Amino acid sequence: MNAPLRRPEAAEPCIDSRFTVPGMRCAGCIGKVERGLAQVPGVAAARVNFSAKRVAVSHAPELTGEAIIAELRKLGFEAERAADNPLARDDAETRSLLRALAVAGFGMMNIMLLSVSVWSGADAPTRALFHWLSALIAVPVIAYAGRPFFASALMALRHRRTNMDVPISIGVVLATVLSLYETATNGPHAYFDGAVMLLFFLLAGRALDAMMRSRARSGIAALLGRMGRGAQIVQPDGATRYVEAERIVPGMVMLVAAGEALAADGTVLEGRTLVDAAMLTGESAPRPVVAGDLVHAGMVNLGNPVRLTVVAAARDTALADIARLMDEAGQSRSRYVRIADRAARLYAPAVHSLAFLSFCGWLLAGAGLHQALLIAVAVLIITCPCALGLAVPAAQVVAAGALMKRGLLIKDGSALERLAEVDEVIFDKTGTLTLGEPRPVDLSGLGEEARRIALALAQESRHPLSRGLARALREEGVEPAVLDGVEETAGQGMSARFQGRPVALLRPESEVAGLAADLVIAGKAARIAFADPLRPDVQAALAALSGQGLACSIASGDRPESVAAVARELHLFAAAGMHPAGKLALLERRKASDHRPLMVGDGLNDGPALAGAHVSIAPGSASDVSQQAADAVFVGERLMPVALAVRVARRTMAIVRQNFTMAVLYNMLAVPLAIGGFVTPLVAALAMSASSLLVVGNSLRLARSAGKEGA
Amino acid sequence: MNIVGVLIPLALAMGLAGLGTFFWAMRSGQFEDLDGAAQRILIEEDSDGEGAP
Repeated sequence: MNAPLRRPEAAEPCIDSRFTVPGMRCAGCIGKVERGLAQVPGVAAARVNFSAKRVAVSHAPELTGEAIIAELRKLGFEAERAADNPLARDDAETRSLLRALAVAGFGMMNIMLLSVSVWSGADAPTRALFHWLSALIAVPVIAYAGRPFFASALMALRHRRTNMDVPISIGVVLATVLSLYETATNGPHAYFDGAVMLLFFLLAGRALDAMMRSRARSGIAALLGRMGRGAQIVQPDGATRYVEAERIVPGMVMLVAAGEALAADGTVLEGRTLVDAAMLTGESAPRPVVAGDLVHAGMVNLGNPVRLTVVAAARDTALADIARLMDEAGQSRSRYVRIADRAARLYAPAVHSLAFLSFCGWLLAGAGLHQALLIAVAVLIITCPCALGLAVPAAQVVAAGALMKRGLLIKDGSALERLAEVDEVIFDKTGTLTLGEPRPVDLSGLGEEARRIALALAQESRHPLSRGLARALREEGVEPAVLDGVEETAGQGMSARFQGRPVALLRPESEVAGLAADLVIAGKAARIAFADPLRPDVQAALAALSGQGLACSIASGDRPESVAAVARELHLFAAAGMHPAGKLALLERRKASDHRPLMVGDGLNDGPALAGAHVSIAPGSASDVSQQAADAVFVGERLMPVALAVRVARRTMAIVRQNFTMAVLYNMLAVPLAIGGFVTPLVAALAMSASSLLVVGNSLRLARSAGKEGA
Repeated sequence: MNIVGVLIPLALAMGLAGLGTFFWAMRSGQFEDLDGAAQRILIEEDSDGEGAP
C-alpha cells in the first residue's frame, strides 16, 4: 500500500518533477493525489511527501509541468512547481549529525556494559581485558563521532578565536590519550566511557538544533513558490511555452494571465489591465496600465491577460537591485555571536587554567607526573560543558516546537535569542498589518441566494477578486449553489446558469475607482466593492506587544494618505512613501542609536529591511524573497503569533539562563572534588548524566508554559 | 569466565546490527515523510486492486 503507484507499461525513460501542494491536509488527500495522478496518461508514478506538502511525479518527457498542475487543479488542489531543493545542504548536515549520534550511542552503550563490571570490582586481568576492549570500541567511535567538534574547534583556533568546541575537543582528546596510556600500563582508571558519553550528549544537542532548523525550513519551503518563477513565452508560431525566469531574455513576448506574477520587467504590448505593485513598492491601490506602459517583475496582474515585451530579465530587473541591497544588509547579521559562544569565551579559559593550575598544584605538592596529569584530565572531563552543550538547544527546540504548533516557524536558535532582545517593532503596512488580499468590503447587500450563487461562481476562478470573495463567503458559512455550465471568460468574469436563469460575476463595465465586481442574476447587477482589510486581531496583537514594553511603528512604501488612515486607526507613528533603501536606512539608524528593532514585513521592498533588522518576521503570504530573508514566518491571517513569538523567546532565554546557572552550580560542586583527586570514572559518568537530565527536564517545562499562555 | 568470550562478541554484534539497520534506514529514506506514514494507514485499499498486495 505504501509503494508508489506504478504503471508497468510506462517503460520509456521518465523525468522527475516536484510540485508543492499546500492544500494536502489528510490521508484522503494523499490517496486522491496519488491515485488521480497515476491515472493521467504519461505519468509513471506519483509519490506524496506529506511532511513537505510535496508530490514527486515521474512522467514521460512529453507531459509538461503545466499539464500536471492542471490535472492537480482538476483534482481540487492548487499546485506550484517546487524549486530545486535549496535545503539539501541543511538536510545533509542533519543526516551526518544523526549518523554520528547513532555511532556514539552504540559506542556508549557497549563501553558502559564493560565499564559497569570494571566499576563493580573486576580483578586485574579482566579489567585489563575490558579496558582493551573499550579502547578498541572507543577510538574509532571518537574519531568518527567527534569530527563535528574537532572540525569546528580547528576552524576557531585557525581564526584565533575560541568557541564551545575547543574545550570539548581538548577534553575528549586528552581523556582518550590518557586512557590509552592507562590501559597500556594496566592502570585502574580509564575514561573511555566518560569521553564517549560526553560526545553522545553533545551530539544530541547538536542534532536537536539541526532538526529544528530543517523542520522549520521545510515548512517554509512548502509556502514558497507563488511568485513568478517563470512565464508563458509566445513562440514565433503562436504557441506558448513555459520558460524559467533565468532563461527569459529581453525581446521575448510574455503572456501573463490574471492572478499571475510577472517574472521579468516588460512593456505592455497589447491589452489593458490593473497591476498590483504591493509586493514591490507597498502601494495598496492597484494601478491601471495600458499598451506602452512599463511594468516590473514581482508585480501581480489583477485584470485581463496581457502580452508584454520583455525589456529586462533575471539580473537586470528592479527585483535584482533589491536582492543586491539585501545581500549587503545581511552582512551585519552574521556578526551576531550566539549565547553559547559568548558563554564559551568566558568558560573555556577558566576551565583550562583551572585544569592547568591543579596539574601544577599536585606536582608542587609532590605527586608524580602521571597522577597530576590524571587529576588534570578529571578536571577537564568533569567541567566539560556537557550540560552547557544541551542548555541552549534543548530549551530552543522545545520553544520552537511550541511556536510551530501556534503557527510560527522559527528558522534557527539564533533567531530566538535575537527575538528575546528586541525593544521595538517596525511594521510594513500592506500585507503585514493588512491581509494583502482584496476582500469584499460589505456583503450585507446580497441576499441568501445571491451569496450562494456568488460563492459557486467565485470558487471556480483563480482571479484574486474571486478568491477573496470565495474566502469571505466561506467564512460566513455560506454553502455554494449548484450551477450548470460554469464558464470563465478571461478578463471578463464567470458565467453560468442557476435554475435556468443566467447568472454571472463580471468586471464592472464602466471604469470605477478601486476594485469592484458585479454579481449579475437574471439581468440585475449588484456591485461588490473590494478593499484590503486589516488583519482581524491587529488591535489585540499591538496591545500585547506594547504590553511587553515594545514601541510599534509603521514604515510603508504606500502613499501617505492611505498610510495615515491606518496609522490613525491603530494609533501608531508612521512613515510613508519609503523606498527599499529608505527602510534599510531607517533600521540602520535605529540600530546605530542602540535600539534592537524587530522588522515585520512581507513585500519584496521589505527584503533589505528584513535582512538588515536585528531580527525579522514575515507572514506566510509574503514574497519568497522576504520569507527567505526573515528569521521567522507566521502562517494564517492573525498577527498574534508575532506577539507570542517575542513572549516565548523571552521565556526561552530565561530558561537558558537557568540552565546555565544550574551548570555553573554543578561545576562549583564537582570541580573541588575533581581537584581534590576524588573523581573516578564512575563519579564522572554519574555527574555527567545527572546534570544533563536536569537541564533537559528544566527545558521541557517550557513546552507547558508556552502551550498554556493564551494567544 | 569463558562465557564472556561468547557474550561480549554477541553484544557487540547485536549493537552493530542495530547501527547498521539505522544507517540503512536513513539511506533508504525511511525518515523522509514521518507525518505521511502516519496518515497513510488511513487510506483505503484500492477497489480495483491496483497497488494491493
